[in-house]
Amino acid sequence: MDTAYAYSVLMSIKHGLLALLAPGPKYGYQLKAEFETATGSAWPLNIGQVYSTLQRLEKGGQIEADGVPDDDGRVVYALTPSGRAELADWFGSPIAQESRPRDELAIKLAMAVSTPGVEAREVVQAQRSQAMSSLQSLTRLKGTVPEEDLARVMVIDSLIFAVEAEVSWLDRCEARLRKARTTQTPEKEAVQ
Amino acid sequence: MTANPVLELRNAGKVYGAGATLVTALHGASLSIAPGELVAVRGASGSGKSTLLHLAGGLDAPSTGDVLVEGRSLSGLSRKELARLRRRSVGYVFQDLNLVPSLTAAENIALPRELDGARAAEARTEALAALEEIGLREVADRFPDEMSGGQQQRVAIARALVGPRRLVLADEPTGALDSETGEGVLRMLRARCNAGAACLLVTHEPRHSAWADRVVFISDGAIVDETTASAPVAVDLGALT
Repeated sequence: MDTAYAYSVLMSIKHGLLALLAPGPKYGYQLKAEFETATGSAWPLNIGQVYSTLQRLEKGGQIEADGVPDDDGRVVYALTPSGRAELADWFGSPIAQESRPRDELAIKLAMAVSTPGVEAREVVQAQRSQAMSSLQSLTRLKGTVPEEDLARVMVIDSLIFAVEAEVSWLDRCEARLRKARTTQTPEKEAVQ
Repeated sequence: MTANPVLELRNAGKVYGAGATLVTALHGASLSIAPGELVAVRGASGSGKSTLLHLAGGLDAPSTGDVLVEGRSLSGLSRKELARLRRRSVGYVFQDLNLVPSLTAAENIALPRELDGARAAEARTEALAALEEIGLREVADRFPDEMSGGQQQRVAIARALVGPRRLVLADEPTGALDSETGEGVLRMLRARCNAGAACLLVTHEPRHSAWADRVVFISDGAIVDETTASAPVAVDLGALT
């Protein structure tokens, strides 16, 4: 597996779990089920991945055990202030285009619509802005390459079409969010 | 130093109807386009992007704010002066029906110059030079239905910029064209701007808007975002050759 891609998936699981803990403490199996539900079962997790990620987060001070294990030995985890700050930072910063992190972006939007205190339209807008700038930059690059230089033009086109697909998808997300705003029932609790 | 803007919208807004039926098509929008600049406007249907274009070209008057073309406020002009300014300073390109079907390509391009008082021979010379410049000299004596869609749109852009006009307002100019032909039209628009023209382009296609220096996004009648090209993308193209 490509290292950058693997890293991107790892980061998405980490931040996805932080997002699921934002409304309140949860235990491992609950997080696994909710992660899969929130992302439309597009990225099934095994429970081992969940626990190893939780251990890393606990070690990093972003989550902590909430009380003692229950009768079945299940540990409930809660966000720490540092975890909340990290989550807010993740939602607040667009993903760099060059890391090709489609999975992380989809997970981020899936989490943004269900995480209290996060305005999903702002997340969409920030990402679209970033993608549009990349599209402009790639188009400018294409303008400097002679059309006869097929290999270069085709590679640039592939990047352009990929970013355009992202922009079009974000346009659609924005339209859906605008439409849904009237029927939404927000029970908001700020992430930070 | 920044050149004086060719087009300037100062807090320009538009409402239709009154009372209970009042609809705000455009909230106060501010936008400025300098010579050499291509600015694209994106947004969903009904977002207000066409309203913005109509205000910019004096096809409709703003309810609030002001629109200036080459430094002149449109609000202070009489109908006659406005018509003259539209004819002399602004070129329009629409999705289709751009060319007069009974006139050849050269006659279509010469038309605005003749309407403006230029002698027929002079206008034809200018039209042929414009066609030469865009590499379409061979279609000079063809009628629109003898040209491809892409050729027609490029002739329409040449006509929009013939004579003293330096401002092009383009409303979905690639709408009816396939992807490759559409790109050819955008490349030409880009080249005309690089040569000093100013252009306001309304398009729903992200890929086409990306030819612009600035992309403005409109939502619910308000400008909500503006982007410029990010730092050059590092693409290792050398490895391919």
